[in-house]
Amino acid sequence: MKRALIGLLALGMGLGLAQQAPLKIGVVVSATGPAASLGIPERNTMVILEEQVNRRGGVAGRPVQFIVIDDASDTTQAVRATRKLIQEDGVLAIIGTTTTPASLGMIDPAAEAGVPVISLAANLEIVYPVDEKRRWIFKTPQTEQQMSTPIVQDMKASGVKTAAYIGFNDAYGEGWAKAFEAAAKEAGITVVASERFARTDTSVTGQILRILSRNPDAVLIGGSGTAPVLPQRTLKERGYKGLIYQTHGVANPDFLRVGGDNVIGTRLPAGPILVFDQLPSSFPNKNVAQSYVQQYEARYGIGSYSTFGGHAYDAWAILRPALERALKKEQTSNLAAFRKVLRDEIEATKGVVGTHGVFTMSPTDHLGLKFQEAAVMVEVVKGEGGKLDWKLVRTFR
Amino acid sequence: MDWTIAAFLAADAVQNGTIYALLALALVLVFAVTRVILVPIGELLVFAPLTYVFFLPGEVSGLQLQGAIPGTAWLSAGMLAVWAVLDRAAPRRAGVLLGGALAVLGLAWWGAHGVPLWLGWIFAVLIVFPIGPASYRLFFEPARNASVLTYLIIAVGLHFAYQGLGLVFFGPEQYRLPPILPGQTAFGSVPINNQAFLVYGFALFAMLGLYLFFTRSLYGKALRACAVNRLGARLLGINPAQAGYVSFGIATLIAGVAGMLLAPLIQPAYFQGFLLGLKGFVAGILGGLISYPLAVVGALAVGGLESWASFQASAFKDAIVFTLLLPILFWRSLRSREVEEEE
Repeated sequence: MKRALIGLLALGMGLGLAQQAPLKIGVVVSATGPAASLGIPERNTMVILEEQVNRRGGVAGRPVQFIVIDDASDTTQAVRATRKLIQEDGVLAIIGTTTTPASLGMIDPAAEAGVPVISLAANLEIVYPVDEKRRWIFKTPQTEQQMSTPIVQDMKASGVKTAAYIGFNDAYGEGWAKAFEAAAKEAGITVVASERFARTDTSVTGQILRILSRNPDAVLIGGSGTAPVLPQRTLKERGYKGLIYQTHGVANPDFLRVGGDNVIGTRLPAGPILVFDQLPSSFPNKNVAQSYVQQYEARYGIGSYSTFGGHAYDAWAILRPALERALKKEQTSNLAAFRKVLRDEIEATKGVVGTHGVFTMSPTDHLGLKFQEAAVMVEVVKGEGGKLDWKLVRTFR
Repeated sequence: MDWTIAAFLAADAVQNGTIYALLALALVLVFAVTRVILVPIGELLVFAPLTYVFFLPGEVSGLQLQGAIPGTAWLSAGMLAVWAVLDRAAPRRAGVLLGGALAVLGLAWWGAHGVPLWLGWIFAVLIVFPIGPASYRLFFEPARNASVLTYLIIAVGLHFAYQGLGLVFFGPEQYRLPPILPGQTAFGSVPINNQAFLVYGFALFAMLGLYLFFTRSLYGKALRACAVNRLGARLLGINPAQAGYVSFGIATLIAGVAGMLLAPLIQPAYFQGFLLGLKGFVAGILGGLISYPLAVVGALAVGGLESWASFQASAFKDAIVFTLLLPILFWRSLRSREVEEEE
């Protein structure tokens, strides 16, 4: 009886919401392909959010519909998806996509049509410099520059004088190479080698030998997913004793699973959400991160969360209040004008607490994160029962 | 670059080159007998170790699979079943094939519910093995006497299909497999993973085995006859279709075992087979896809160049390796006089 009542109630609410046209939001993620370990939690998060928002009465009384498209980690497909979402579905805004190259590809079609985009990729070039086209583009993940600063600070604190870099031979690895070299130079750390490898490589011995021949105090590996295990493993096999750093691209459980004992002692800068339960209670986004992780794990299992879903959560945390404010100013039937108002409202985002930090945007800053709140230093440790885990080393507040 | 580094690079070159050599041998074998360039050989190579992951206990693989049957078993059994349907005119053979399909599923089920590591190892190879000959029956045999180009198009299509299935079966991430021989042995200052010796051993075994098979056994001689002159072989009562199954079977077996032995040294993932296969192909091209010894030499050359390039200019490593094709193709085009395309 009680169940039936709840069902009826839900149906009634659903009908009530359905009377109004839904607010369509396009979502492009890499749910398949090499970046899938990043894209899948993003997609899962959007699924949770859509249900949750509509259960609670939508945005300003209107239901929300996320139109999710998988770009298969491919730039061409991401651009095609963007065009389709804008032209065929008439979305108000787009969240996505997972990877840097594909996000860069989406700038042109989105700017041409005047649709605000919140990207989930790392590279600074997606939103900087804010020019005529990038006016429309925002993003939530920390940039390489913001994550390089904590690495370099941690290196200095550990007495590192010389460092080497090995990273992907794509936009991710290049972005990190540039950011890390700049930050290291500023801090007086000499970068003695800068090597590249491919995600698909089965051996990186040559690159590692070159690094070892320069004898650096620390090595930074710039890759994402599980592929960065290989250079780390090769370093260990060749007897490297210095510090090994990874980037936040490896902050997922698969990295620990594949890495095993080879990755113990790895340090990486990560969004605070990765170690939300170890944060001091004064940390501003501790509670948000905690509640997000609980929701995610309730749905997809304990230990299933990664930091990447948090970026999608943050994108919605920014978009939702912006939508509410925009709805007060403009009708969604006037699509072009509404998108413009929505863009202005996203740019006016102030003090939104997300899972990865506190977002305060401006006309020159379409990310709005400060590294002090958006990055913590984490180390891979062997916990009880031999299980690998992330341990908070230091915060930068 | 000093001598220590050169020695390290040489060891790396031999390890990679050996894998390319095994793949090149398999490619040359298949091409010589059937005129098919077996592009999906890389997928067959990674399928075996990825299937093995499903048979490992959770504390070794780090996964909780709860006795799930790997997708490759379904693929393998499904292809055998379709083959049985196609060959229903010969009830005995169809029966054997259906039995094989059930056996594959049975092995997968048994493996997924816990077997000793060595038995799971063998199961994984056996489960992936039928995919090779069945691919020949289902996709190449219907297009018999087609041109090399048609075969190539089919093979590339198969590569994409298997790679996509690999993603569905095994997900996007890499896996960690336990080595059969853990630890390293030092040669002077160069430590070599003990597991690599298994790869070398298998490579020598495969080369010797193929040599004996083709020179000593009647069946091997028949295969060679097929490779030299298909029509003549057929006139002498050799069945080219059967030769196709055998060559695909041997190639799959080589790729599968090579993949199983290599897997603990790399972290296998569904996307890694293609580049390995491609480099094996480059090696095979060095021998014009007909000469086994030249293919092996080519494989070691590819491995060496790759090692050297990854030390000197890592950003351009793959570009340098594939650029190797240009002078070789040029040289071969100058040397070759016969007009391309048979039949």
